[in-house]
Amino acid sequence: MGLISPDYGTIFWMVLAFSVVFFILRKYAWGPIMKMLKEREQSIENALQSAEMAREEMARLKGSHEEMMHEARMEREKLMEEARRIKEQMIDRARDEASQETVKLLEQARRHIESEKLQAVSEIRDQVASLSVEIAEKILRKQLKDRKEQESLIKDQLHDLKLN
Amino acid sequence: MSRRILSFGFLVAALLTAGHLFGSAPKEQHDSADGKKTKFEPGKFILDHVMDSYEWHIMTAGKTHVSIPLPVILYTKEKGLDVFFSSRFHHGHETWKGYRIAGEGEDNEGKIVLTDRKGAEGSGTVRPIDLSITKTVTAMLVSMIFILLIFLPVARKYLKNSTRAPSGLQSLLEPVILFVRDDIAKPSIGDKRYEKFMPFLLTVFFFILFNNLLGVIPIPPGGANVTGNVAITGILALATFIITTFSTDRKYWIHIFNAPGVPWWLKFPIPLMPFIELLGVFIKPLVLCIRLFANMLAGHFIALSFIVLIFIFGQLSWIAGYGSSVISITFYIFMLFLELLVCFIQAYVFTLLSAIYFGMAKEEHH
Repeated sequence: MGLISPDYGTIFWMVLAFSVVFFILRKYAWGPIMKMLKEREQSIENALQSAEMAREEMARLKGSHEEMMHEARMEREKLMEEARRIKEQMIDRARDEASQETVKLLEQARRHIESEKLQAVSEIRDQVASLSVEIAEKILRKQLKDRKEQESLIKDQLHDLKLN
Repeated sequence: MSRRILSFGFLVAALLTAGHLFGSAPKEQHDSADGKKTKFEPGKFILDHVMDSYEWHIMTAGKTHVSIPLPVILYTKEKGLDVFFSSRFHHGHETWKGYRIAGEGEDNEGKIVLTDRKGAEGSGTVRPIDLSITKTVTAMLVSMIFILLIFLPVARKYLKNSTRAPSGLQSLLEPVILFVRDDIAKPSIGDKRYEKFMPFLLTVFFFILFNNLLGVIPIPPGGANVTGNVAITGILALATFIITTFSTDRKYWIHIFNAPGVPWWLKFPIPLMPFIELLGVFIKPLVLCIRLFANMLAGHFIALSFIVLIFIFGQLSWIAGYGSSVISITFYIFMLFLELLVCFIQAYVFTLLSAIYFGMAKEEHH
């Protein structure tokens, strides 16, 4: 049966043509195609990888940027706080100083008043003394019109002096 | 969209059937005009279509055969080399330079034999060394030229813009090449060794695919039964067998002669398992050869059978002939679509099994 018995002529041409085509294709078609497919896949892989890396870098940068922002904000906060503190301190100190000054002034005023008062009192006392002396003089003058009385008085006075 | 596909399908089918009809219908007339008054023989008709021949028969109109003459290359010790066109035989009716085509019922039927010599016992025929470019060889060579014409420019395109996206023919073929690589070679052979086998797998895949598809087209250079020829598939299977055998390692042969996990009494004293395993080494490529051959041949048979039905009915009456043609052609269209599927499946199966055998030859060490 011709259908299932291979013909050697066909085999001959098949072997010849198939091997020729196989070697041509291997050298000029499959070789370059497989190599280029691989290269392209590699380049796509690389591109994807570098994109991934760039994205990571971006994320990292963004993170550090945010951190920096945060730090800056913190710094500002701190500075503000510091300033506020200093301000309050200054105000406090000013207030303290002012009150101290007041106290001092008051003290001074009081002392001044005191001394004035003392002076005034002593002046009054002097005045009172001279007045009383004058009054006494006048009284004495009036009382010492008679002799007896003068003597008794001197006696009394002397008596008193002795006691003192 | 579906309407466009449908109308395209009918157009294709019409072209295909037209080819078969032209190629066959008047043959019967011719036979009766010859005075032999032969009845239409469906079996012979189908076999003539799928068998190899020295000329490429296209159609017969009235008494004129239209066929492409093909070169005949013969060699005998006495006569030396003889090269001439098959048209010298006038479709097998005449002798030329002492050669003739053996007729029906003779030894070497349909082959070129020597006119002046008989076989050993005074009967039969003797063939010269016959390396003629027959119909099958021509179709095979044409398909090879097609493959070269398609893949060499595509490869050049790959070299020109390697990193850019594929375009044109390249983008049509790239998924197929990637399919062979990623879905056939890589899983069956392994990631490390597959590259070595890629040229063979790709060549075989596209060779089978192109020839299968060309076989479905009924007008030359298509319509020949290349992958349904046992010599062609045999050589393909032999190539797979040779490559498999040459890439084996020790473990492969240990598996064959001393398969692990098999009870000892299957190996000794009668080496039943080793014998079966060794047989398997040869059966695998044989099955590969027969599967492709038988599938493609069967496809041609069935498609032609539907055409033949028309003539069988046509012999009863012309009304029956035309009537049956409607049904036959409907089935024929269906068969052709099925054949298109089979074309791809057979190319896939052959390549896949080859890849699996290569993978089995040397297991990748994990």
